[in-house]
Amino acid sequence: MSDTPLLQLQRITKTFGSVQALDEVDFEVRAGEVMALVGDNGAGKSTLVKCVAGTHAADSGRILFEGQEVHIHGPKDAARLGIEVVYQDLALCDNLDVVQNMYLGREVSHAQILSEAPMEHHTSETLKSLAVTTIKSVRQTVATLSGGQRQSVAVARAVMWNSKLVILDEPTAALGVAQTEQVLELVRRLGHQGLGVMLISHNLHDVFETADRISVLRLGRNVGVFERRETTQQAVVEAITAGMPTKVSGIPSNAGAGAGE
Amino acid sequence: MTSADVVGPDRAPPLEEEQLATGLRGVWERLKLNVRTGNLGAVPLIVGEIAVVIAFGLTATNFFTSTNFVNLITQTAGTCMLAYGVVFVLLLGEIDLSIGYLAGIGALVVAELQLPGSKWQMNGLLAMLVAIAVCAAIGGVQGSIVAFVGVPSFVVTLAGFLIWQGVILNKLQQRGTIIIQDRWINYTDLYIFSPAAGWVIAAIFTALYPISVLYKKIVARGTQIAQQSWTSAIVKTIGIGIAAFGTVAVCNNGKIIETPLGLPLAGVLMVLFFVLLTFLAKWTTFGRHVYAVGGNAEAARRAGINVARIRVIVFALSGAMAAIGGIIFAAQVNSVALTFPPGNLLLNAIAAAVIGGVSLFGGRGEVRGALLGAILIGTLQNGLNTLSISNGWIYIVTGLVLLGAVMLDTVAVRLQARSGR
Repeated sequence: MSDTPLLQLQRITKTFGSVQALDEVDFEVRAGEVMALVGDNGAGKSTLVKCVAGTHAADSGRILFEGQEVHIHGPKDAARLGIEVVYQDLALCDNLDVVQNMYLGREVSHAQILSEAPMEHHTSETLKSLAVTTIKSVRQTVATLSGGQRQSVAVARAVMWNSKLVILDEPTAALGVAQTEQVLELVRRLGHQGLGVMLISHNLHDVFETADRISVLRLGRNVGVFERRETTQQAVVEAITAGMPTKVSGIPSNAGAGAGE
Repeated sequence: MTSADVVGPDRAPPLEEEQLATGLRGVWERLKLNVRTGNLGAVPLIVGEIAVVIAFGLTATNFFTSTNFVNLITQTAGTCMLAYGVVFVLLLGEIDLSIGYLAGIGALVVAELQLPGSKWQMNGLLAMLVAIAVCAAIGGVQGSIVAFVGVPSFVVTLAGFLIWQGVILNKLQQRGTIIIQDRWINYTDLYIFSPAAGWVIAAIFTALYPISVLYKKIVARGTQIAQQSWTSAIVKTIGIGIAAFGTVAVCNNGKIIETPLGLPLAGVLMVLFFVLLTFLAKWTTFGRHVYAVGGNAEAARRAGINVARIRVIVFALSGAMAAIGGIIFAAQVNSVALTFPPGNLLLNAIAAAVIGGVSLFGGRGEVRGALLGAILIGTLQNGLNTLSISNGWIYIVTGLVLLGAVMLDTVAVRLQARSGR
């Protein structure tokens, strides 16, 4: 594993009026790993994602991407760095087909006239490389796809743009058992392909199925980072519900550090 | 790698129809499949139009005349132009109630600018461009209020409806009717092509369809984009050829007193804008973004599409199309009077698009729907007129057709959802 993390957040603080959403939060994702971010409602998971995605600006703290300090002022800045976010509510257009959704907002065109063939070929190749095989035709409208297939399209879209870090916000929240498995398999595969994956989830089962490491937030503060192989669901649940804030400079990179031990 | 195996190891035939036989038998089987799955396309409209023509042909004495046919085209063209604009607005899931009186503003601007002796008198062609630009700008302002301030388009354009009605009233109450003498302006409706020119135009428009099919086959080569089979393309080309040459033949046969008629420019404009706007909607980045914003505005925004820009442009387009329609209506009577816009222009234009299958909820519909819907409404109203039936009944029949078309469309959409389209 490389020494420099792909994404490193240092002492990120964010307040909304009198509410302290994030209080000096540290976080990191390495290339090729699935890093889960868990926490109860209101723990600050979504706020942290929005700071990385450029939707919110952090009040203070530093964001390092591939070791360089970066300033992310909007979704376009994030995309330029290679950070793609797959939101919970998917952000697909039901009335458009798979290819049209994959290229939404970034259509291949000559003088404003769409070039369909390259878009379709690239879409098919991307889906194939991710082993998304249940979609019958890339010209089906998204409305006709199952929840798992839709999630797969959303993830594939995030991957297609040479992204380095994919942030998945509750990717299995609305899915059945078989479809959840399908999406988790896809998440694991992203890690194997060398991307950094940040997985936000409520579902510890999913997290233990896919993540390499698990960061826990509670009330806007770090309470621990766990190596998945060396911890138990029990320990993580305790951290989520009763973990004591850890004040560490940088991320505790030694295994099992934090209050959960 | 061949183009056939790019989808994935388990690539199944995309849809049921791939297994259908080819040739004429295939056309029949495809038809049955389409009825079962609610994929009716333009068929109900065309069947409805033919039924209406036959019904009036049998009952009205002067419906089935060449002269009335030319009238029908010139009466329909204006509504059709407005309906084209409505299609784009509805695709966004918005509505534009101001277009009826914006058409009036367009006609008023043209009438003022061509007025001989006024200090700003200008060439008719230039006057029309100015009028279209003015209405596009007004539409753009209304669209900006929708896009940037966040007022629902229903309210913004309802305000526009009242404001532009007021402007027209103020202007024409003092002035009375303004006569339009400029020949370029009057040509938009009543320029009559010579019989030979008519045939050439019919040939060009007939050729456009197979060219577009070929273009699509070339552009979409090796992709899974739904394509016309050769059989269906040939059948449709023949159908369009019959319609185009038939139209010209009937028009060339017409006469007003002893002046021979021919294909009117208004009819050519209808088809020309249909071709241009279909291309805009289906083959350009802008068109794709319109469908995306109508389907899921939030998704479009997150994908980096400038949603506000799309909204402003679409309302400007709606204003421009209203101006063009208004100019055609003014040219029809060579004047602008207080009675402008004629009849239920706004509601007819919206009804035409909706009858043509454009969804009020955004993201679904095609430009051709407006053309076919406007022709159906135009034929109904023209036919009922020739039967000397009262305006009351004309409204009632138009309303029933609108209701029937939308019910049919709703059922079709449900069938499509059930069959997984």
